[in-house]
Amino acid sequence: MANKIVTDEVKKQIGVESEPSTFEVERGAIRRFAEAIGDHSPLFNDEKAAHHTRFGGIIAPPTFARSFGIEFFNLKLPTTRALDGGSEWEYFTPIRAGDRITVVSKLADIRETEGRLGPMVFVVAETRYTNQFDELCVIQRTTTIRY
Amino acid sequence: MAAQVYYEDVEVGSQLPSLEKNPTTRQLVQYAGASGDFYQIHYDKDFAMANKLPGVILHGALKNAFLGQLMTDFAGELGWLRKLTVQYRGMDEPGSKITGRGKVVKKYTDGKDHIVECEIWLENAKGEKTTPGSATVILPSRAAR
Repeated sequence: MANKIVTDEVKKQIGVESEPSTFEVERGAIRRFAEAIGDHSPLFNDEKAAHHTRFGGIIAPPTFARSFGIEFFNLKLPTTRALDGGSEWEYFTPIRAGDRITVVSKLADIRETEGRLGPMVFVVAETRYTNQFDELCVIQRTTTIRY
Repeated sequence: MAAQVYYEDVEVGSQLPSLEKNPTTRQLVQYAGASGDFYQIHYDKDFAMANKLPGVILHGALKNAFLGQLMTDFAGELGWLRKLTVQYRGMDEPGSKITGRGKVVKKYTDGKDHIVECEIWLENAKGEKTTPGSATVILPSRAAR
């Protein structure tokens, strides 16, 4: 059966990268995020304790990059509702307080299935977070279910 | 910080130290502010119920963060979380305990890296796995010290 929503026109957007956005990572933002998730590790909260670790200072918790926003491309689909299906994260270099992180996102995959409530679209967004030294910090793949 | 775990300390089947969380509506508001996710189903009960939910529910991303903490606590200061995967299968509501758990499913070396793969999940107070996932960590080795 032909797709109702994920047309060839929509599929053309796979792989097209968003304009890069750059964010400054404030120490206070890391601490507020760690507090909000209830993670009291000194690596994320205590500058002095973190200084004496191999990281040499405060780093961000694994999902901190989420606070930059999640979708940097605007995918227009004739759906009204969205559910967060899950995420896959790969970590390469720590995000540190004081970093300037450049974020580029793209539509990595999109597929349609017929659900109980009509067509369901699985949208996989891949977002890459790179620091000011051009070191790749994180790759995030998030699946959103739109219906 | 807890005592550092080394590659030699774990075997396939080893349980990870569990992580207990007792999320409140206050924490959901705090997380909304810290993360910038202001979708009303996480703090506005009327809005949530109008959307056919039983009440406000936890952000998937907050549950993702709990599983992140489960793994960074396990990996310790000398370890490194290499990969984290999470799927949202069931809703969780504030005011109820959720527990992060995991077990080692594979361990191997790749070059000089000592790698441990884990199956992880969050379970609700009834013991239902609402949020399954997997994680890969690089642990320090006693041999390489």
